[in-house]
Amino acid sequence: MTSNPIVTLAGVAKRYGAFLALQETDLAIAEGEFVTLLGPSGCGKTTTLRLIGGFEQASAGRIAIAGQDVTDSPPYRRPVNTVFQDYALFPHMSVAENIGYGLSVKSGRVAKAERDRRVADALAMVGLEGKAGMRPGALSGGQRQRVAMARAIVRRPRVLLLDEPLSALDVKLREGMQVELKRLHRELGITFLMVTHDQNEALALSDRIVVMREGRIAQVGSPTDLYDRPASPYVADFIGGANLADAEALGGGAFRLAGGQVLHSRRGEAARFAAGRHASLGLRAEHLHVTAAGPENTLACTVMERLFHGDRLRVELMPEGVARPIFAELPRTTVPAELAPGDRVTIGIDPADVLVFEAEGGR
Amino acid sequence: MNLTRRTFPGFAALFSLPLFWVLLLMVVPYAIMISVGFWSRQFPLFYPDFQFGNYAQIAADPQYTTVILRTLKIAASVTLCSLLLGYPLAYFLVFTVRSRALRNLLYMSVIVPLWVSYLLRAYTWKIILGTDGALNSLLVSTGIVSAPLDIFLYNQTAMVVTLVYIFVPFMVMPLFAVLDNIPRRLIEASEDLGVGPFMTFWKVIFPLSLGGVVAGATMTFCLSFGDFVAPVLVGGPDGTMVANLLQTQFGAALNWPLGSALATLVLALVLILLQLSSRLDRAGRVDLS
Amino acid sequence: MLRLRWWQKGMVGVSLGVLAFLYLPIVILVMFSFNDSKVTSFPLAGFTLHWYEAFLANGQMLRALANSLWVALFATALSVVIGVTAALALDRYDFPGKRLFQNVILLPLSLPGIVTGIAMLNFYKQIGIPQSLTAVVIGHATALLGVVVSQVMARLAKINRRQFEASADLGATPFETFRNVTLPGIRSAILGSALLCFTLSFDEIPVTYFLTGREVTLPIYIYSTLRRGITPEINAIGTVIVAVSFVLIVLSVTLLRDRDQS
Repeated sequence: MTSNPIVTLAGVAKRYGAFLALQETDLAIAEGEFVTLLGPSGCGKTTTLRLIGGFEQASAGRIAIAGQDVTDSPPYRRPVNTVFQDYALFPHMSVAENIGYGLSVKSGRVAKAERDRRVADALAMVGLEGKAGMRPGALSGGQRQRVAMARAIVRRPRVLLLDEPLSALDVKLREGMQVELKRLHRELGITFLMVTHDQNEALALSDRIVVMREGRIAQVGSPTDLYDRPASPYVADFIGGANLADAEALGGGAFRLAGGQVLHSRRGEAARFAAGRHASLGLRAEHLHVTAAGPENTLACTVMERLFHGDRLRVELMPEGVARPIFAELPRTTVPAELAPGDRVTIGIDPADVLVFEAEGGR
Repeated sequence: MNLTRRTFPGFAALFSLPLFWVLLLMVVPYAIMISVGFWSRQFPLFYPDFQFGNYAQIAADPQYTTVILRTLKIAASVTLCSLLLGYPLAYFLVFTVRSRALRNLLYMSVIVPLWVSYLLRAYTWKIILGTDGALNSLLVSTGIVSAPLDIFLYNQTAMVVTLVYIFVPFMVMPLFAVLDNIPRRLIEASEDLGVGPFMTFWKVIFPLSLGGVVAGATMTFCLSFGDFVAPVLVGGPDGTMVANLLQTQFGAALNWPLGSALATLVLALVLILLQLSSRLDRAGRVDLS
Repeated sequence: MLRLRWWQKGMVGVSLGVLAFLYLPIVILVMFSFNDSKVTSFPLAGFTLHWYEAFLANGQMLRALANSLWVALFATALSVVIGVTAALALDRYDFPGKRLFQNVILLPLSLPGIVTGIAMLNFYKQIGIPQSLTAVVIGHATALLGVVVSQVMARLAKINRRQFEASADLGATPFETFRNVTLPGIRSAILGSALLCFTLSFDEIPVTYFLTGREVTLPIYIYSTLRRGITPEINAIGTVIVAVSFVLIVLSVTLLRDRDQS
């Protein structure tokens, strides 16, 4: 499916003593893509990035970049550059010297005039003209982040690795930088491979997302793919969030929840569930709506809490007979103003939005 | 990083020289010294052997045992006095001096004498305490005494004074570090709970400073135990310490096996003390973060 | 503004007393180096530079001084080269026996110097190195390794690891990373510990005592002179040494305090 893979991992694994940080993994990244490795801490996303960058040595498998096997190559011989999470700027060098560093070592050496020009270009590209002579210590966090970016792109790598580049910035700054990142990706036209634990960031910026969990890839796909067709409860909940409920299949797309209430799903995978099979249903909070009691796909619930979210309300509901509460995101206009904890309400969901998964042992 | 097949060449390139140097010029000499302690001596030569005769001689001869005990006593006195003088000074620097600049200046002024020639600093006490020295002449010229006293020099007290003078800065250094490390909020908390400054010191500050006390005391004890300059300059006939015995065995007496055995004993004592000290330190280590 | 309890006032008194105690002998030394009298007694007999002239005319003493300088220089150079290399290896790699190695390096600093001197004398005799200034240089360099290693390691620990990775990421070979990133980072530690080594070597007695042959260093010369009796020239050279030590140590401490933090 990827026509022009610039990075390929084949059977790559990483072990630290007895701990398996990354299980045998295959991955192909196409040239020019913006790919994000997404997952909670400990899922192996940073390990994967560092393996590609050359800072860790794979315990198994081969890694190829731009057609060349780099599994045994040190970082300084790989055509990739990294933006580190804490920027790792050289404190004893000026901004210009930091950025020009990659062009002053033997493997990247260019004439001084050329180097000055490219440093100036990089500075302009990240919006830091005029800061060339300053020391990193005198810059703000956001400025340092840009210097780290400029330093990483000046050598024109085939792939840019970004290790949680925005996690150290505060929220407002982060949103602005996200736009910058997207713009830079477009202007430079190179492959970006980013690691983050923030799913909103991943959804906003990526062409494709690699969702990881406990050292394995859970699913790879475009943001829409992952949102519309999650392959597991984990992905359904991680991307976009979903209420998960255990149910028993009744056949024909009908599922009975604990407590007896029945929901129908019109999704392709629902039909495969024969009567008696155990399933896990995924209901996205934004797909639930207040409705009148009726025949199809309704749940009688009791309101537990309501939380104000601007034009929406986040309501915690306990469906009758079910042990765990679910959350619904309801437009404020659709909710009766006097709806209070303890009230009973009927919630509906379109059968096309009821996700169905194999029941997992745990969750 | 751990050693793997890939990283080993880099490691070997870096570590070969220091490892070779340390093995050859540090480990081997100490090892040889220990082994020579088992050699035999037939005047005036000595030859390789494995016998405990030297150690037996040391243990049996009252000459040696007296000196060893005396050295222990003096080292202990020096350590105690240095502690009694050094602790208030460190405390004063950390807690009483408010201005950071002044504190650093005073701290430096305590440390600087440490690096001025050790020999000279011992020597100054010779010129101060002698019968025609500064102290006596001061006493005589001001009429406090009629004739110079010879009680000041060439005795064990003079040695202790001299060594305390040399080692007080040694004590202050770790004490200062450890006292400075105590978070002020602990003291504030103690006073907030109604405990006065003295009990706060006794129950909060002092226990937390014990690490520095142990470190400084160990250093001071070990180094004053092995000192030979003070006995020569200001010690009297009853001032011989272990180090002087070693001097003689490797000098005039030409009894290297005996000297090596004695040196090995000193080495063993110091190693034991260092081990004890580090164990005490680890047992009492408190996480102040 | 600062209410001191009685026992705190006592502490202040003791502290100031101790400070005075530390400097009094040095002051007396300096005073009597200019005193026109063969004995160090009060009352003072008048200002003179006679003793300074005497020591400058004392060929043996000057020779010993020169020897001390050479020895300190070479011993420091050796110690720094080996010590920095060891510190880099210890900082970078984990290996069996690492802890032991670190403790061994620090051993000569806590052992009475006389034991180290004896051990080295024994050894040199076995392998045929005669007592000489060369032996002293090697002895000093070995004994002072711990100074360099501990200082440089402490400084290395403060450098953010990612900087080395960033340097490699940007195309620098390990040697280039060392030259461009590591070295600037530890420069202050190297200079500071070098100055410390120099001063310690210059002043060293116990190890030197056992390893010198006919050529002696200044402390050994002074020591032998003292055993024969006091000559006031000692006060003069003592004052000079004090002055130079002050300067060197102040320099060393200022250099060891870092300006840039990573």
